[in-house]
Amino acid sequence: MKVIYILWLRQIKRYYRAKSRIIGSIAQPLLFLLAFGFGFGPIFQKGGGGNYIQFLVPGIIAMGILFTAVFSGIEIIWDKQFGFLKETLVAPVSRLKIMIGRTLGGGTVAVIQGVIILAVSLFVGFHLPGPHMIILSLIFMALIAFLFAALGTVIASLLEDMQGFQLIMNFLLMPLFFLSGALFPLQGLPRVFTIIASMDPLFYGIEGLRGTLVSGLHLGLFHDFLILSAITAILFVIGSYLFSKIEI
Amino acid sequence: MIKVENLTKKFGDFIAVDNVSFSVNKGEIFAFLGPNGAGKTTTIKMLTTLLRPTSGVIYVSGKDPAKDQNEVRRSFGIVFQDPSLDDELTAYENMEFHGVLYGVPKEIRKARIEQLLKFVELWDRKDKLVKNFSGGMKRRLEVARGLIHHPKILFLDEPTLGLDPQTRSHIWSYIRKLSNEEKMTVFFTTHYMEEAEKIAQKVAVIDNGKIAAKGTPSELKEQTKTASLEDSFLALTGKKIREEGANPIDEMRIRRKMFRH
Repeated sequence: MKVIYILWLRQIKRYYRAKSRIIGSIAQPLLFLLAFGFGFGPIFQKGGGGNYIQFLVPGIIAMGILFTAVFSGIEIIWDKQFGFLKETLVAPVSRLKIMIGRTLGGGTVAVIQGVIILAVSLFVGFHLPGPHMIILSLIFMALIAFLFAALGTVIASLLEDMQGFQLIMNFLLMPLFFLSGALFPLQGLPRVFTIIASMDPLFYGIEGLRGTLVSGLHLGLFHDFLILSAITAILFVIGSYLFSKIEI
Repeated sequence: MIKVENLTKKFGDFIAVDNVSFSVNKGEIFAFLGPNGAGKTTTIKMLTTLLRPTSGVIYVSGKDPAKDQNEVRRSFGIVFQDPSLDDELTAYENMEFHGVLYGVPKEIRKARIEQLLKFVELWDRKDKLVKNFSGGMKRRLEVARGLIHHPKILFLDEPTLGLDPQTRSHIWSYIRKLSNEEKMTVFFTTHYMEEAEKIAQKVAVIDNGKIAAKGTPSELKEQTKTASLEDSFLALTGKKIREEGANPIDEMRIRRKMFRH
């Protein structure tokens, strides 16, 4: 337990010490929120979609969490290059614990990031639900965070260096984000898109966040919760297997 | 303490370590010498569980690093060739992290960290982030870190690279003391032959993955009929300058340096 804790703590410390990174990783979702929120708001309302800010905020929170969490996993590549990974890998500690500690740390950082975005969104006119719904939304934030932190670990274990990173960004993360329904509703889209979206874990995360933060409880939320948990568990297993195979 | 028999490591077609055998006794200081790309670091990685050998047998404190990984890991400390500190943590936090990973109980951990940091003269900077440290300070911190869990074997991969003579002699005198008093086995690599000659009780020279010679420094000098270990090293390995292929990680390190300056 102590080992997992110290690995978790390391991630948290690295996070709050990199002030410029905190600002940077909040600035991007915020920019999306302002540009899309105010840019498309009027059209969205005219089209009968209702208040666009209410629709968009859960998507932007998920976006912030998605990128922070994946990057935290990908940090393994940095640790590989800068040598710190060797220090953890020669220690008499199981690889599984190392992977769990790191992923929990990265996931926690991503949740903090999501909460900050939620707080900031109040200033652009987002209406909060009751406190119990906020707590439920935190559960979904945590699930998204751990899921994608584990995905980051999987990616980092497969990549030799940062060269491949651009590819991952353009061909995996951006499509995951766009197809998740974060920016626009997926109803009425061609069937191909809805089928692909149903394979996107972020889609369920955003459904969960929208349910808890905006539209209120319904049965579908439990369904989202189960799917997210299952995918997170699977990615953890794959991630820890691949992580245990790392040789440097 | 360390026993290696017919050790071989291949990367694809390239044979990095070729049928190597040697042994190091308890409490001995052993220098593993060789030109760049000779297979020193690859051998250390296999001894320290980071790489699996293609074939051959290894015993580190009586255990096989490929099978009893955790027991082997508990028994040694290591200072890597390239830096392995977390730049975003303080000196103390780096030490603490290591102590926890090795399961050193809290009270003992605190006492040892203080003692070691004082020894390497970093105690007054213990709360400074490592990224602000000079190369020599980082090196000293790494040596101190490798000793927190009182290892039975200490691996040092070019530990004194880029250090001034004061720091070098300071570090070596401490390591010698540990080897004498605590019977700690020391396995190190270096390019400074006078250092190896002065400090090592036994030496092995590796070249192109094969052991070229082994024995005490005076045996090697006798064998090659030379006056210093440096000359016997050159006699054994030739004077040709070796090229080392840059791997992606090296390239990134170069880029990172460019990025930083």
